[in-house]
Amino acid sequence: MTGDFRPAAAVALGNPQLRTNLRHATHTIRDKRLHAVGELPDWERLREAGRAIKADVRRRLPELLEQFEQRATAAGATVHWARDAAEAGRIVAELTRAAGATEVVKVKSMATQEIELNEHLAEQGITAYETDLAELIVQLADDRPSHILVPAIHYNRAQIREIFARELDDPPAGLTDDPAALAEAARLHLRARFLSAKVAVSGANFAIADTGSLVVVESEGNGRMCLTLPDTLISVVGVEKILPAATDLEVFLQLLPRSSTGERMNPYTSIWTGVTPGDGPQHVHIVLLDNGRSDVLADPVGRQALACIRCSACLNVCPVYERTGGHAYGSVYPGPIGAILAPQLAPGRHESLPYASTLCGACYDACPVKIDIPQVLVHLRQRSPHPAGERTAMTVLARLMSNPRRWRRSLRAARAGGRVVAAVTRRPALRRLPGPGKAWTDSRDAPLPAPETFRQWWSRTDGGRR
Amino acid sequence: MRIALFVTCVNDAFYPATGIAVTRVLRRLGHDVDFPAGQTCCGQMHANTGYAAQAVPIAEQFARTFGDYDAIVAPSGSCVAMIREQYPRLIPSAAPVAARTYELSELLLDVLGVEDVGARFAHRVTYHPTCHGLRALRLGDRPLRLLRAVRDIDLVELPGAEECCGFGGTFAVKNPEVSAAILADKCIAVATTGADVVAAADNSCLAHIGGGLSRRRSGTRPLHYAEILAS
Repeated sequence: MTGDFRPAAAVALGNPQLRTNLRHATHTIRDKRLHAVGELPDWERLREAGRAIKADVRRRLPELLEQFEQRATAAGATVHWARDAAEAGRIVAELTRAAGATEVVKVKSMATQEIELNEHLAEQGITAYETDLAELIVQLADDRPSHILVPAIHYNRAQIREIFARELDDPPAGLTDDPAALAEAARLHLRARFLSAKVAVSGANFAIADTGSLVVVESEGNGRMCLTLPDTLISVVGVEKILPAATDLEVFLQLLPRSSTGERMNPYTSIWTGVTPGDGPQHVHIVLLDNGRSDVLADPVGRQALACIRCSACLNVCPVYERTGGHAYGSVYPGPIGAILAPQLAPGRHESLPYASTLCGACYDACPVKIDIPQVLVHLRQRSPHPAGERTAMTVLARLMSNPRRWRRSLRAARAGGRVVAAVTRRPALRRLPGPGKAWTDSRDAPLPAPETFRQWWSRTDGGRR
Repeated sequence: MRIALFVTCVNDAFYPATGIAVTRVLRRLGHDVDFPAGQTCCGQMHANTGYAAQAVPIAEQFARTFGDYDAIVAPSGSCVAMIREQYPRLIPSAAPVAARTYELSELLLDVLGVEDVGARFAHRVTYHPTCHGLRALRLGDRPLRLLRAVRDIDLVELPGAEECCGFGGTFAVKNPEVSAAILADKCIAVATTGADVVAAADNSCLAHIGGGLSRRRSGTRPLHYAEILAS
């Protein structure tokens, strides 16, 4: 059923500040990305390489996961397997308690958002502190992220200043909305957390099968702090994050920053392999998360969604996301990728999302790993529940359109109807339609059937020869 | 070469002038064109709304009707995209006829090798490259090359031209609020050009854009670019 996205989108559309913030932010990142991508003469070949590596991973995922587990274990990490959100949450909570901690610092991670880890830990009496600037803003505001990469994209800096002044324990006196001042306030607030935390929780951008390494790509250095200071590091990693070899990073470390932030290179890339005695965390845990991914892998068309590297280029170019923002999607993964990922990871939920797209194809063009998002959207629409009236109308129409004689009669009826309406309204277009047509005429005039169809013109004039 | 016109269901019923224009342009260039009467629709609305099974008999009707022609031309980027992209998956036997189906600018430039069709159109025109023409068929600047060759035309660039107009087929009625919000920005972009005419390769997108413009009492009228080429 459609229904979930539409009312939520209507709420978002009614917020002019949100519209302004989103338009400004998406267009800025969009232009930066185009510039960064345009610098590389081999961009299309890089995309193709990224697509091919991810397709190879899907074909031999079990073997690569076992190799990863073996190499990571040999390097001193402990690998855990989590079937779903509950299992992953339980593992992280137990490991945190075993480390004698009631607090964790977090590196920004979509996988932990997906499994609602912070909420799960809170139920176990463990407080999770987000350390990414935008995640911190969202957490302080008791809000939800609205973008994969820029979770606070829906706020402007005046709103952020207001959140800091209200929610920080010790907001600097006279805090302004100058970006440097806001960053400094966050830095001071977070420094104490970094220095006292015993446990850090992260995700990973990539998990390297042939070395057992994890990779985190970030911009602020908060990740590097979390990954190196606490004694215990727990990383929750979706099973699709595997790359076969460390050399594959050559492709992805070019694709990801240029697609996500429009930068040639991201500021901080952390790569770690198990435990290094006397240096960094001495207890390294990796939770490999399925949470629906095996089921997605079983769908020959839908499985390409697992190639996603969470760059959010598709969000920034999407005409729908640009107007509604991320909250309207009602999913941790918003925008075009969310519209194909969320309904697949949680079947039966998010059923309106495959329809939250005009199929304009801008997402496919922007995707660094060439996920054919429009194709998957159309594929998922086939199994969405359809409203009964719509199903009947579509079935009747298909019957008419499969038979030329019946179709000719339908065209004649439509033309006759159009003539009657035109005679009554004395207008060439309709300003108000009843029933389902209202959704059209609420914002645009509707055309009337022409007084003469094309095929009538053709037979009357012998194809224009008379 | 036997060329058939697939006028599309929307043009047949609502925009016959576009089909007439395609016929006239091809005749003027010395090519004959047939209109097989068995044609109905491409099935795009069904397939893209989640009714691919119902689209199959419609696609089969298309394949039966057009199977014998050397080239099939349609004045609609999205219908041609439906046929070329989705038919081979829906009914593999229709792949050859799908591959011989062209959007008007592809037929004129790539198959017939014509850029100047001998038209004259003394108006200010802005061109909206519709999404399926742009990103599914990769028409590139083909329609614009044809328009640039038109005499006396004042062709002006549309700001944010490559951005979707918000139509999206049944999206326009399933998510009408978002569709209208995207349309509003497109109408503003059209207004800044001061054009008399906003042209495109798809009358369904133009029905949406034109419906928004007339609701705003704009002086800019929508027109399929084939009708400019036929003038």
